[in-house]
Amino acid sequence: MSNIYEILSEIVGPEFVSDFPEEKYIYSMDPGTMPACEPDIVIMPGSTDEVQKIVQAANAHRVPLVPLGAGLVLSGLSRALKGGIVLDMKRMNRILEINEVSRYALVEAGASQGMLQAHLRKHFPNLKHSAPDAPPAATVAGNICIHGSGHLSHAAGFHSDMLNGLEVVLPTGEIVRIGSCAISPYWFARAPLPDLAGLFLGWAGTTGVITKLAIKLYPNYPLNDVAVFVSEDASLLPDILYQITGTQLAEDVTTWMTPKPDWAAGFLHCNVNYGAKTKKELIWKRNLIRSAVESYIDDKTGGFLPLPGMMKQRFLEVPARQLALFADVRKGGGFEYVGAIMPVELFPKAYDLGLDIANKLGVSYSMGCRIIGVNHSMMFFYAYAFNRADPADIARAQGALEETNKRVLDMGGVPWKAEAPAQKEIIRKMDPNMFDMIRRVRSILDPNGIMNPGNWEDN
Amino acid sequence: MKYAEILHRCFRCGYCKLPGNNIDFNCPAHVAFRFETYSPGGRMWLLGAWLNHKLEPSRRFQEILFSCTACRNCVEQCPLTKIKDELLLAFTAGKEELVGEGKVPPPVRDCLTKLQKYGNPYGISRKKRANWATDAEVEVFSDQEFLFFPGDVGAFDSRGQEIARSVAALLTRLGVSFGILGDREVSDGNEANAMGESELFRLLAEENIEHFNKLNVKKIIALSPHGFNALKNEYPALGGAYQVFHYTQLLAAHAASLAFKDNLSNIRVTYHDPCYLGRHNWEYGSARKVLAALPGVAIREMDRSRQDALCCGGGGGNLFTDILGNGVESPARNRVAEALDTGAGILAVSCPTCAVMLGDAVKSSNMEERIQVREISEIVNERLKAK
Repeated sequence: MSNIYEILSEIVGPEFVSDFPEEKYIYSMDPGTMPACEPDIVIMPGSTDEVQKIVQAANAHRVPLVPLGAGLVLSGLSRALKGGIVLDMKRMNRILEINEVSRYALVEAGASQGMLQAHLRKHFPNLKHSAPDAPPAATVAGNICIHGSGHLSHAAGFHSDMLNGLEVVLPTGEIVRIGSCAISPYWFARAPLPDLAGLFLGWAGTTGVITKLAIKLYPNYPLNDVAVFVSEDASLLPDILYQITGTQLAEDVTTWMTPKPDWAAGFLHCNVNYGAKTKKELIWKRNLIRSAVESYIDDKTGGFLPLPGMMKQRFLEVPARQLALFADVRKGGGFEYVGAIMPVELFPKAYDLGLDIANKLGVSYSMGCRIIGVNHSMMFFYAYAFNRADPADIARAQGALEETNKRVLDMGGVPWKAEAPAQKEIIRKMDPNMFDMIRRVRSILDPNGIMNPGNWEDN
Repeated sequence: MKYAEILHRCFRCGYCKLPGNNIDFNCPAHVAFRFETYSPGGRMWLLGAWLNHKLEPSRRFQEILFSCTACRNCVEQCPLTKIKDELLLAFTAGKEELVGEGKVPPPVRDCLTKLQKYGNPYGISRKKRANWATDAEVEVFSDQEFLFFPGDVGAFDSRGQEIARSVAALLTRLGVSFGILGDREVSDGNEANAMGESELFRLLAEENIEHFNKLNVKKIIALSPHGFNALKNEYPALGGAYQVFHYTQLLAAHAASLAFKDNLSNIRVTYHDPCYLGRHNWEYGSARKVLAALPGVAIREMDRSRQDALCCGGGGGNLFTDILGNGVESPARNRVAEALDTGAGILAVSCPTCAVMLGDAVKSSNMEERIQVREISEIVNERLKAK
């Protein structure tokens, strides 16, 4: 390892590579519950050229390489499960281009959600991207790699659906461009070419290192509003969501269920965020969304929550800063969640499952979902707070996560950004031919098995 | 360690690294070094690991702790309302533990030794403390309305001395009645306190307070925001309660009475908020009020301004210890680049530490042709009508 340390030092300069115990400790874990796995080296490249040289060195020396964005995935996907090098991409955080007419942004892989949002607000106030509810330090690339979702996911799908193109350094060191950028100076689409982007989405960094990417941008309306529909009956939610999303007027449709504050306990809240260019258009949208669920209001099985101004502001904030407070529920700086991608008709079962596990294990819970597309699927989340200073509490949260993952799979859903043990559970359920294909693709792309080993493996 | 009970409550969400508008990183040590270890969240977890015997207080560990400039951006941005106010106190407590164990980086040790031995971090004889005022028409304090307190940088650094003279000249021009302590003054101790040497801070503060009280000082004008902070917020607990002003507050109060030259050329100015005026004391308006009163001056705000301002990197003793360094990614160079982006030709400051840090960054970036670092009173003085 000392030999490769010197090689890496020459590539990025000694100030951006470390094998000090301090960096090895901090980069051994993320804020979730997964146990620490210490890397041997942490490195921070500043360019694609440097990434290429690092990958070539790691490949030549058969050293594991683990790409890292902001490290906020919570499921430990950027831990060095088999040691090696953690590749912290945050120095590569430039916003390279905004194409206003074709509405896309080209950014480096370390660019954060907050940076892009701020850049657009300052230079292109009529445009926005779909930001997740992760803190603003989270990277755009990281969220796309995990098939994240966000504040425009009802309108436009998973964040990976909003990807126009990629620049990737393959595990053997070649730099590849994928999408229109492979042919043209414009990064406008992945179509109509053979779509290779999927080789890098959802693979937990096991197939290469993304260095640049282009994502779609959308109109940023000057007027924005949120309506909160409430019901006590989970069995009604699939149809309520079907009716609301059927209007195709909202940008984001989410639900939330929590026992605190007291007034919220037992209710299922459905937030419908929408925007407009004019007040007239906003009122028109509001009325149509309301009329979509009128029958529930008429039979008194649901209704809209009157929103005080402050609460409305909080629901309109992107990302919702308030969410970070959940980490302090148990005065212990920890929360983790299972996000399960599943069909919307499973909502009632998913809700019951969350209540059941929380009751059984005596853990604090917060549940909810984000609708992806026009009710095409949902990301249903179960969040569990824990006290980082209390090993028993961490174990309790881990147990809740494990059980949730298993039961989500039994129900027909798929755990999102699954931690390594959950990946194994998924593989057990997976069509063996699909898993075989995953292995074959990996062995072609990464013959020496250097990329984030320990992920998407069955043993 | 004090505040140890909050360390594990940090989630490491990363808000602390950013300004409120998220436009770029805003923790000066993180800007310089980029590793997660050099972020406030990283420090929280590292301190926890040290207390839990998972890490030794190595040289690297010490440098990570002492690279904190005490700029308070993390406190401003942390979403955890129940612990945020204690973040910086926890980092200072960590430094205090290291000082107590004698495990500090050599530049920190040297700085603290000089403060103890000479009453200033420059290691210059305290007899020379009033040399800055030799050619200035400044009286020794007797019964004037205000005591003018130049602090260490104003008293000893050549650039700081220029600023001290400029401010003193402007105060005189405005008819403010003030005097100085001269060589009886010692360091205000703010940096010793920020470096975790609370006992040394107490000794320095008590020495100043003794002189202040003997001379019946009631009102103090601080040149440095660092001194302003210590005098205003820390001295009262040690028996030194005074009305403390930063000089820009006095200038703002007199701004309307200033008479300026005719036909002044137009200049574009951007203002850098010092941490110890801004985030530590919520004073954002006075310097801007002074600049706004100047004919021909157009103020251009940087993306990171007021409570979102990027620290120059000189706080927490870093002006003297240089742990952050002056590399390409240093916060001072980063700040100068941001100032240039506004199109301003002048980067205005109201803190001698910021003036030194940013002035050096302009030089090392070879940007002298494009931007000048000027202190507020200097900009005012050169535009005033001759008497």
